[in-house]
Amino acid sequence: MFNIERWQEIFEAISKNRLRTFLTGVSVASGIFILVILLGAGKGLQNGIEKQFERDAAGIIEVWSGTTTKEYKGLNPGRQIQYRDADYKQSVQKFDDKLDLRASTYNYWGAPFSYGKESGSYQYRGVTPEYGRVENLTIVQGRYVNDNDMANNEKVACIGMKIKTDLFKDKDALGKEIIINGINFKVVGVFTDPGGEREEARAYLPLTTVQRAFGNGDKISNLFFTMKKTNDYDEALAQSEKFTKDLKDLLKSRNMVAPDDDGGVGVYNSVKDAKQFYDLNLYIRLFFWWVGICTIIAGVVGVSNIMLIIVKERTKEIGIRKALGASPFSIISMILHESIFITTIAGFVGLLASLLLLEFVGPMVQSEYFQNPQVDFNVALTTLALLVFAGAMAGFFPAYRAAKIKPIVALRDE
Amino acid sequence: MIEIKDLHKSYKMGSSSLHVLKGINFNIAEGELVAIMGSSGSGKSTLLNILGILDEADSGNYILDKTPIKNLNETIASRYRNKFLGFVFQSFNLINYKTALDNVAMPLYYQGIKRKERYEIAMRYLEKVGLGTHSHHLPSELSGGQKQRVAIARALASNPKVLLADEPTGALDTKTSYEVMELIQGINDEGKTILIVTHEPDIAAMCKRNVVLKDGLIIDDKMVEQVRASSYV
Repeated sequence: MFNIERWQEIFEAISKNRLRTFLTGVSVASGIFILVILLGAGKGLQNGIEKQFERDAAGIIEVWSGTTTKEYKGLNPGRQIQYRDADYKQSVQKFDDKLDLRASTYNYWGAPFSYGKESGSYQYRGVTPEYGRVENLTIVQGRYVNDNDMANNEKVACIGMKIKTDLFKDKDALGKEIIINGINFKVVGVFTDPGGEREEARAYLPLTTVQRAFGNGDKISNLFFTMKKTNDYDEALAQSEKFTKDLKDLLKSRNMVAPDDDGGVGVYNSVKDAKQFYDLNLYIRLFFWWVGICTIIAGVVGVSNIMLIIVKERTKEIGIRKALGASPFSIISMILHESIFITTIAGFVGLLASLLLLEFVGPMVQSEYFQNPQVDFNVALTTLALLVFAGAMAGFFPAYRAAKIKPIVALRDE
Repeated sequence: MIEIKDLHKSYKMGSSSLHVLKGINFNIAEGELVAIMGSSGSGKSTLLNILGILDEADSGNYILDKTPIKNLNETIASRYRNKFLGFVFQSFNLINYKTALDNVAMPLYYQGIKRKERYEIAMRYLEKVGLGTHSHHLPSELSGGQKQRVAIARALASNPKVLLADEPTGALDTKTSYEVMELIQGINDEGKTILIVTHEPDIAAMCKRNVVLKDGLIIDDKMVEQVRASSYV
């Protein structure tokens, strides 16, 4: 029950022991501060590592064409398979409800690129708009290939940072005309790719433009798909394996490849390899939980230690109060009220400071392996409650012991 | 006021036991000023602690103002200390972070008296011991004699039946000791029962009755002609 007299006595003790109160508060606040920053940094590191791992969208299924190895329906082995738009369209049509991303490309390696006096040899890819998400690339200037470019066969290019640096140096590339394979393309975007320089030595052009401007008809080189996401790895794997088998069957059937011929149609299912990613993700989360729990334990031990020292330091005062008529209950109550009050206020200060730091400084310390440091507010509040409870418990036991011992023993304490 | 019969107290010292009080018997009437004397280790402080319900006897009877003091739990013991007893210690035992006024008001807090009233009472007692102008001083800002006056004011503030003083002049110089004893004599003159533990004969001479302990037994208990401290001050 609220007792104003008791709170007056407590505030008097707190206000007249400013150094002790301040040091206790600083210890608790710094404990919470470090804990929240650590949890936030852990999350940032986890995000960074996940980002690094996801150079391309997670769980890509890539399809390429090859040479047949078996004769089939009167056709000789050794036939080079060439996919066409219709292969892509029918694949999408048949499996659309299972797919998250879908894209097709036409690839050309070693094409001459030039701008003014600068030139180089790079890869270009004719792409459909969703391919940007497949590659997980980041547009740093301008835009990516869009549906309008596709519909109007626009001669536009989104170039990698490597090409931009080589051809334009420090100058702005947007809106400039570059020559690719003898044809002028307008630069509409510059991208970076987590895959690094090799993948930034590319230009993405609208697939329809590449097919028409370079005389490729309706040819395509690769098909890319990702499946709709599931949280369970085994389920994701089973779904993707069924999809790749059905997709292979469809493409083999359309391109007259024997059902048992593995040469004509190649499919790489990265979901199989994603086990490593799922595992790494799990290990990272486990590691930071472990770090978090250890930090909480360290915080609890720290706060407990402070409370133990405070009660020990006040043993003689407890003896004096008991000699003057304080009951054991009033002694325990006084110490608990003080400790809970100080740890709660200080804890909130630490929590607020750490959240502000994460909010305002966090975005400034982004790097490849460290992204979006953040902490779940509920986790932070729970941690604070745990520390306050631990502080109260740590204060309770020595206070209980001090309240129980004979006053004469407490009075002798120095 | 106080009846003691066959009081025994031992302390464990490792595997052995030290028998400090070996059967103490005496009574103290209301309004007496008694000096309990004895050399170091005679058991006088142990006796005072038992009388103050700060410690407990192993056996024997102790009746305080017709109330048997035996097998009390700490909550009841604290209530009795607050109601019946006032303490003055050799080392003052003031709470360092509290002002003189706060220290004197503290026993009243444990009596449940409201803040305004307890500070009024505390101020009255501070004025009584001549420290009305020092009410907002911290103990560290007071001399030894002033600290002991604050301790006496604190002991009196709850209007106890008995004032127990353990070597109240032990940490003071001679002149200040006499000043403190003059104050104690004045309080006794008003009718308060006071027990003083001392090993100083001149302090004992300022009391009305001297009880001498040796090796845990009373070897002398006599009324004396009281020397007035005012004659030295």
